[in-house]
Amino acid sequence: MFRLTKEPLDPAALRQALLDPRAGACATFEGCVRDQNEGKKVLSLEYEAYGDLAQREGESILAEAREKFAILTVACVHRTGHLQLGESAVWVGAAAAHRDAAFAACRYVIDECKARAPIWKREHYAGGASAWLNGAVRGEHAAPAKEG
Amino acid sequence: MKRVKLQYFALLRDQRGAAEETIATDAQTAGELYQRLQAQHGFTLGPAHVRAALNGEFAPWDAPLREGDTVVFLPPVAGG
Repeated sequence: MFRLTKEPLDPAALRQALLDPRAGACATFEGCVRDQNEGKKVLSLEYEAYGDLAQREGESILAEAREKFAILTVACVHRTGHLQLGESAVWVGAAAAHRDAAFAACRYVIDECKARAPIWKREHYAGGASAWLNGAVRGEHAAPAKEG
Repeated sequence: MKRVKLQYFALLRDQRGAAEETIATDAQTAGELYQRLQAQHGFTLGPAHVRAALNGEFAPWDAPLREGDTVVFLPPVAGG
């Protein structure tokens, strides 16, 4: 399940999507709004998405994760709109029989979303200035091996 | 000339001053259209930093433009 939403993320509710009696592991990741970036004090972040393509790309990323890792479920929800410090911008969760696959899938999904999903953020600074961030860097996610 | 619908996001929306517009163009490809728009509107991002999408799908720069296409030029993404 991939979803874009304007509503605040509710990790406890999202966790319900991962319930599976076969799961011995559940890994979740939340990305949240930080108060500084590259030496500048950040007051808030504004997220914008190209909805149709972001949805399609998000679903592709989740399908890849299901293919690469021995997981039962994987889900990702990304916020749009204007977020304040501390608010969650993105939530990723993966359930698997064992923890290695759950961690790896979670890492893969957040890294690929940051690198590929057509979602942008604008930082708002003290004094009223703001800037769109450019050039996301793909994280060094775990090797895409399916555990035997 | 063909008519295409353009949608703009993030930095390009700010620099264009509009979220969408329909234009008539004789550009043959997505890349040709971006070059013209960049020159016309002073977009600061060169083609090396932008990707094209046609009708909701990523498309290469040499993808041909057709009457009625929806074209989006994507600035470098920064989700998460």
